[in-house]
Amino acid sequence: MIDTKKLTVSASPHQKSAATTTRIMLDVIIALVPAGIAAVLVFGLRALAVILVSVVSCVLAEFLSRKAMKKEDTVTDLSAIVTGLLLAYNLPAGIPFWIVALGAVVAIVVIKQMFGGIGQNFINPALGARVILMSAFPGRMSAGAFADTNRIGWGVDTVTGATPMGLVGLDGVKEGAPTLMEMFLGTTSGCIGEVSALALLLGGIYLMVRKVISPIIPCTFVATVAIFCTFAQGFDMYAVAYELLGGGLFLGAIFMATDYTTSPITNKGKLIAGIFCGVVTCIIRLWGSLPEGVSFSIILMNVFVPYFEDWTAPTPFGFIKEKKQKKAKEETKA
Amino acid sequence: MASLNIAGVRKPAAKGHGGAHVAHHKNTSAMPVERMPVPASVTIPLSQHIGAPNEAQVKVGDVVKVGQVIGSTDAFVSAPVHATISGTVKAIKPVRIVNGNMVNAVVIESDGEMALSEDVKPPVIESKQDFLNAVRASGLVGLGGAGFPTHVKLAFKEDAGVDTLIINAAECEPYITVDHREMLDHPQDILSGVKEVVKWLGFKNAYIGIEDNKPDAMQVLLKTMEENEEFKDVVQIIALPSTYPQGAEKVLIYSATGRQVPPGKLPSDVGCVVMNVQSVSFLGRYLKTGKPLVSRSLTVDGGAVAEPKNLRAPLGTMYSDILEYCGGFKEEPYKIMAGGPMMGLATIDAEVPLLKNNNAITCLAKGAVKVKPTRACIRCGRCVEACPMCLEPTLIEKKAHLKDVDGLNKASVMTCMECGSCAFACPSGRPLVQYMRLGKAIIREAGAKK
Repeated sequence: MIDTKKLTVSASPHQKSAATTTRIMLDVIIALVPAGIAAVLVFGLRALAVILVSVVSCVLAEFLSRKAMKKEDTVTDLSAIVTGLLLAYNLPAGIPFWIVALGAVVAIVVIKQMFGGIGQNFINPALGARVILMSAFPGRMSAGAFADTNRIGWGVDTVTGATPMGLVGLDGVKEGAPTLMEMFLGTTSGCIGEVSALALLLGGIYLMVRKVISPIIPCTFVATVAIFCTFAQGFDMYAVAYELLGGGLFLGAIFMATDYTTSPITNKGKLIAGIFCGVVTCIIRLWGSLPEGVSFSIILMNVFVPYFEDWTAPTPFGFIKEKKQKKAKEETKA
Repeated sequence: MASLNIAGVRKPAAKGHGGAHVAHHKNTSAMPVERMPVPASVTIPLSQHIGAPNEAQVKVGDVVKVGQVIGSTDAFVSAPVHATISGTVKAIKPVRIVNGNMVNAVVIESDGEMALSEDVKPPVIESKQDFLNAVRASGLVGLGGAGFPTHVKLAFKEDAGVDTLIINAAECEPYITVDHREMLDHPQDILSGVKEVVKWLGFKNAYIGIEDNKPDAMQVLLKTMEENEEFKDVVQIIALPSTYPQGAEKVLIYSATGRQVPPGKLPSDVGCVVMNVQSVSFLGRYLKTGKPLVSRSLTVDGGAVAEPKNLRAPLGTMYSDILEYCGGFKEEPYKIMAGGPMMGLATIDAEVPLLKNNNAITCLAKGAVKVKPTRACIRCGRCVEACPMCLEPTLIEKKAHLKDVDGLNKASVMTCMECGSCAFACPSGRPLVQYMRLGKAIIREAGAKK
């Protein structure tokens, strides 16, 4: 009656949830789409070109490096596309394409694959690549590059000039800064993916609704920056709003600091990581020589992850404190 | 599911961590348990419990009747085995049981009579020891779980401070509905079983934990207690959240009382004893009739079965006979397992006998099983979030790879109960339960070397 040769025998559980790595990565890609659309609207087709070059380079780098190492192909998990998008979002729209491709190779080959591939890298590949590009090509990666967009002829006229983060400091917001509404919508200057807080928020809400990311890191990161700046700016709430909407805070807090591999696995650890990122970001922004500190704060947090996890390891079931156990016993007796 | 509000139903004392939201698939909950026709022969393994194996008390050619002891031993931790049909002993030989072990078994060919043995008479109970002896003689083992002899579980020391009896009617595994049916169809047996256990063992509290997807079972039990003076306030119903694994012993105890059983300890160490609802229901009947454990009810479902059923079959009936009675398969089965899809044991074929603790045969069709490619861990933390024992399965996996004994101990791998919530949740399809088992084996091996 039953052809036993066709039965599968394996260990329990025999049912699995619908979640897969590929689906998670696809969700992140979907969540990054609004910011991409905003970027094209603000910076023109040049931004789209940078995004495409970055994604294609990352996927190629992933494919070729796995092949060279004679390891199974991991392009289908879509993580290389996510890295490609995030890298592009962290670059100015006017950057030369060869620098984009170089960044992709650094992210995928050096930071990700050399440490063992997906799940093994100790810092976020896109951010690591951004920092290396910033050190290697400071001119093309900073303020000047943003103004270049028009010169190349791909840009939109209205958006030129220095990044908003250069226009705010401990002495408040300087003359000539964009309005808060412009900052929220993203019609200002900055990296491709960071300008529109609205688009990034939409993506963030999608990821939280889909339960791909926990709200802990984004909320604590942004809240810490808000509270820290409120005191540091002497309750100048206009400047605080400017700090929140400007720079890469939303992109970093929602998409980069929440990267599974490089953020703590425990909820308490995530809480610490979010606060840590917020504090470091503020210190760099307000007292450091760089206008922006989100990338460095996240990379620094990445390095501390094993410690955060160790400090916040959950107490296994049954190791309940004696007092609590006694109380539970008395309560059921009554 | 919306929070349940039935007067007289208690809320859980504590909310456990994690768990898995598994689709319930309770397709058979409207089907009363039907009695399966007597099979032509049964193969009754002599050991169907945790503990010392039984010795055969019959020989080939003997004529046996239902309820006659065919296997027993003097060892304390064991439970006798009875003839489940009347007929002739055809063979006593080792057979493969569902977990793959070879166990000595008595093969009985039916005479079609189902004649009851003369030994079957209601036990006379005048003391706690009489009660425990009767429980042992009934052959009862935990009907929902590992098959631990019930009389051993109930023989706790009087000064141990054991005050709470918890009846496990959570039935958190998908597909299985026999516990649900037992409550709907035999509430009096359940309540009288609970009453006797409480009476002879002196429990102060008696709870029955039911998942809140079975409000009708709660209503039936409440109504039975209300309408019968003898069952008044016998047991307090606790509505458990319908999250897997509510029926796991430690999780159930925590939900019912807020007490946590430390690793390596028994429920009685925190003052609790847990019994399956089928077990107390059986005891309720047994104390009245004296008929030992010769049959059990089980759910046959899982999508691939042509006619899913709840049925009562004699112990030792072959799976192939049961599946044939259920009309065979409507789809090609991908996996056949004893128990539910979360913790059930997959079997290599259907030529294995029904055991005492076997509450379901689940046959999953090919499309019903999600097969994920095994990929690298992305540290998403879903396993940590899912673990009802608050462990970090991904960390334990890495420590098991490294054979790091200290690390495994520190990560408390021994606390794992292998419920499978982590592996269910894992998006990378990692075989986490196997790594947990590997981790435990590494610790045991290291302990043995010392």
